Amino acid sequence: MKIITKLITWSQMKSPWIIHFNSGACNGCDIEILDALTPKYDLERFGVLLKGTPRHADVLLVSGSVSRQIHKRLVRIYEQMPNPKFVVAIGACACSGGVFDGCYSTLGGVDKAIPVSAYIPGCPAKPEAIIDGMIKLLASLKE
Amino acid sequence: MPKITIPLGPQHPALKEPENFMLVLEGERIDKASINLGYNHRGIEKACEERTYIQDIYLLERVCGICSHSHTSCFVGCVEEIAKVEIPERAQALRILMGELERAHSHLLWLGVAAHEIGFDTLFMYTWRDREHVLDCLELISGNRIHYAMNIIGGVRKDINAKQKNEILKRMDILEERTNYYVKLITQEPTILARTQNVGLLPTQEALKRNAVGPTLRASNVKSDVRKDDPYLMYDKLDFKVITADSCDVFGRVFVRVFELIESYKIIRQIINYLPTGAIAVKVPWKIPEGAAVGRYEAPRGEDIHYVKANDSIKPERVKVRAPTLANFASVRYMLEGGYLADVPIVIAAIDPCMSCTDRSLVLDGEKTSSYSWNDLRLMGIEFYKKKGIDFSKVKI
Repeated sequence: MKIITKLITWSQMKSPWIIHFNSGACNGCDIEILDALTPKYDLERFGVLLKGTPRHADVLLVSGSVSRQIHKRLVRIYEQMPNPKFVVAIGACACSGGVFDGCYSTLGGVDKAIPVSAYIPGCPAKPEAIIDGMIKLLASLKE
Repeated sequence: MPKITIPLGPQHPALKEPENFMLVLEGERIDKASINLGYNHRGIEKACEERTYIQDIYLLERVCGICSHSHTSCFVGCVEEIAKVEIPERAQALRILMGELERAHSHLLWLGVAAHEIGFDTLFMYTWRDREHVLDCLELISGNRIHYAMNIIGGVRKDINAKQKNEILKRMDILEERTNYYVKLITQEPTILARTQNVGLLPTQEALKRNAVGPTLRASNVKSDVRKDDPYLMYDKLDFKVITADSCDVFGRVFVRVFELIESYKIIRQIINYLPTGAIAVKVPWKIPEGAAVGRYEAPRGEDIHYVKANDSIKPERVKVRAPTLANFASVRYMLEGGYLADVPIVIAAIDPCMSCTDRSLVLDGEKTSSYSWNDLRLMGIEFYKKKGIDFSKVKI
């Protein structure tokens, strides 16, 4: 492994910057993601920092089944992120389409649009589950 | 000075959900604003027609994660009206209990988001910490934090016991103390006053003309609340006030929501202390007879309207959802125009927008599409009723 790759992996593991994108969710997962960042759960103690723009982010948290209108924008946001990048699908809808599977305006899970690194199920995924998923993703970077 | 058009969204740090605003700027002032919706359209209304009533409750709960109980209560109310079912008093009280807990959680959430939009992140962290008390109560009763799945056709799914009642009352005391602190904060803190007073003005006449609903309308000094105007469940037996503000700006909207929190705690205490005894649900046959019903419900964001048409089968023929945010969007345009660019996030956040509630329609992007203006739609409506023998053409609006 090159030194520069090692350095990037090390810094991403210690402090991954995240961006949150709602691709057609019901808001349930979105408020749980925000909840995980607020005092009771405090995801920030693991170095996780919420950013406003995809160009600064390492991890893209996507909640919701991908609606047809948002599809292009989701792919564009994914392309704007610098490498190496990771996508976490949060909630049943983002994993597989969930309750909206088969609706005419949704494509299904996030993996239909962009490659996904981790899936966190639940409707909505609890903050504990989101923290657990993030930690597992970070642990997998070591390998 | 040349005018500049800037897009805001669908992905923007100030917007928590996908929506798009095209702002035409003249210097720092907004000359014109237009709103593009539909990024969150999933096709729920159509999906409702393909599923049974019981599956629809779970689907409609996922219209919105924040006011999920409002949507199901409204839908279930319509279905019960068609089936001519009277639900037990205890079930009504429990529905109100969940509804008011939901209002408390939604308003606390909103207060945090609004504080975040004006850069007051300490208040954001405070309110979201306190909101956990409400979520704990909801989890205690229903077993889930966000989608409670409390409603079934004919009543509610779970009862509460004495231990749970005590726990909820204890949490209400903590929340009331915290909310009194927020009241002090919003009325005295100079940074909040400077960012909210005389921002996003919506005079009473404009609010009525643009059909604003809920706290947005009440902040424009109109006493309108479905819980009082058209009481559903057992709201007519409860003692609470309709909060209004006469400042017609963002400050008024903060004021109304914070005081509504205190009213919600009052309702929760009344329900818990005087909970009627009896069954929590009655049995309703799977097949719902032919008929149609319109339900009104005061969701945390305003009046929520559901229309259900049944055709003597286990699936509804048509379900229509009009969420409060859609009604408020006409006023957002008015509020934005003439204001500063820096105030856009708080003005948009002030109506408590919920895109997943709103996006009920889809704009087709093709060559063979035609669009209807309001006038065309009105003429179409007049023609429709003419065929039925009613003449509306002489009515002027």
